[in-house]
Amino acid sequence: MTAIALETRGLSRNFGSLAVSRDINLSLPVGARYALIGPNGAGKTTLINLMTGLLQPNAGQILLGGEDITQLEPQARVKRGLARTFQINTLFAGLNPLEAVTLAVCERRGIADRFWQNIAVNKDAIEEAYEILAKLKLGDVCYQTTRELPYGRQRLLEIALALATKPKVLLLDEPAAGVPQEESGDIFEVVAGLSNELTLLFIEHDMHVVFRFATHIIVLVGGAVFTEGSPAQISADPGVREVYLGKRHHG
Amino acid sequence: MSQMSAPTNPQAYLQSLSRWRPIEIVFWLATLLPFFLFPDYLSLASQIAIAALFALSLDLILGYAGVVSLGHAAFFGIGAYSAGIFSKLVWGEPLTGLVVAAILAGLVGYASSFIVSRFRHLTLIMITLGLGLLLHEAANRAHWLTGGSDGLQGVSIWPVLGLFKFDLYGYTAYGYALAALFICFLAVRRITNSPFGLALRGIRENWVRMPAIGAASRAHIRKAYTIAAVIAGIAGAVLAQTTETVSLESISFQRSADVLVMLVLGGAGRLYGGLVGSVIFMIARDQFSGIAPQYWYFWIGILLVMVVMFLPNGIVGGLSKITARWRRK
Repeated sequence: MTAIALETRGLSRNFGSLAVSRDINLSLPVGARYALIGPNGAGKTTLINLMTGLLQPNAGQILLGGEDITQLEPQARVKRGLARTFQINTLFAGLNPLEAVTLAVCERRGIADRFWQNIAVNKDAIEEAYEILAKLKLGDVCYQTTRELPYGRQRLLEIALALATKPKVLLLDEPAAGVPQEESGDIFEVVAGLSNELTLLFIEHDMHVVFRFATHIIVLVGGAVFTEGSPAQISADPGVREVYLGKRHHG
Repeated sequence: MSQMSAPTNPQAYLQSLSRWRPIEIVFWLATLLPFFLFPDYLSLASQIAIAALFALSLDLILGYAGVVSLGHAAFFGIGAYSAGIFSKLVWGEPLTGLVVAAILAGLVGYASSFIVSRFRHLTLIMITLGLGLLLHEAANRAHWLTGGSDGLQGVSIWPVLGLFKFDLYGYTAYGYALAALFICFLAVRRITNSPFGLALRGIRENWVRMPAIGAASRAHIRKAYTIAAVIAGIAGAVLAQTTETVSLESISFQRSADVLVMLVLGGAGRLYGGLVGSVIFMIARDQFSGIAPQYWYFWIGILLVMVVMFLPNGIVGGLSKITARWRRK
């Protein structure tokens, strides 16, 4: 039995009378590659917001590595190894990738409050940032202002920023959202190449991508877990076909 | 951001961003010119240096961290009154007075930073405005301590280091104000090139992303706000010591608004913006008020509207854009 990296117990959240998350019980084993799928409005992003602390649940618990993190602030969860990316680019538009990732590395190392030293003396942090960028094929654009980067590169920078926090669990909210289909494979190749010790949960609409990269699939419908299982189980499930795959809806 | 043509190593690149550029050296050498070229304008020059120091302090929170304040004169005023009252109650030695004023302004800044760091946008503007008005009225009411609307009288400052007496022509005043400005500038310059400075820019660029990379933005803002309050306090103290009086104007809304105008004119978030803005603002005020004393804000108003419409990054931002384009050719 493998250790559980991230677990939710009876997680629920309402917006007024609308239940956007209903009694969600999930557990992600260490090193898993989980896909979270479901029609638009199923509450996928809400679930990630609950896990990362941008939203507080009305009921239930979130456990990271067996520890209850339900009450922790978002940045405290990041410090414990739970990172995320955003469906809509949430980057530092006026910084370049090197500065942005160096900032994230400095925050993780706890040296971002040093106002008395030149940033350039932190050689290790800068090198670490550059290595992350190089790994995500951003080395050649790392001095260009983020807002001037091609969109696909910006999506990769989303992942680079999350990786700089050295997460144990990484939640990817549609990492290839808005990227032309022929390029989205490139982004998922990068995702697939991440360390095996990293536990991944990603939201994705493109079923080819999901079946190719996920080891396990969770289907969310109307804020509740409809079913979960291996890709083979999910693709054979007639109920899933009906609510989701049957529509052949991409986007 | 400067464009690097050849790929350099990342550390050398970051190092290069903090290197002194020739234009900076020219700028600081030019600040010495008033001693030789305009000896009649040394008291104006020291007013400019004080305004520049105050604008530099606002730049740290507004230009770098994106924390808008409409009540920054609170700290300027606390510094001014502290230095003035210190000289009356304790002694007239200027440097100790400066340190006391910096500490007191910093303490009030630190205390208010717990409120300020929790809010953004309009709420924040109203809170800083409210705190500023509150302190202004407190200074007005505490007539026994501050002299209220009559101003603080009887301030007497000893010679700087026991050597340089504050003279009528303003040689010492300008030298003293310029030294304070330069030392604080070096400190702010180092801060903006530090990991902390990068974190402040991160807050400005994306408040939402910061917690997602594990950053404690509020703690950063508290620290920046306190440092800014210390520098504003020093600016106020220099004004009190060089003019040997403190008026209610030093803690007024007008001063908070003026410093914001200076910073925006020059360009926020670029270190020299507040400096250049205060030079333009103060000289314009001096010249225009000579023509029509009551209406000089008319011209400042026009200038401000033109700059924000056509140079969104201020005058320094506009200039650096032009030189960057020229260099690329």
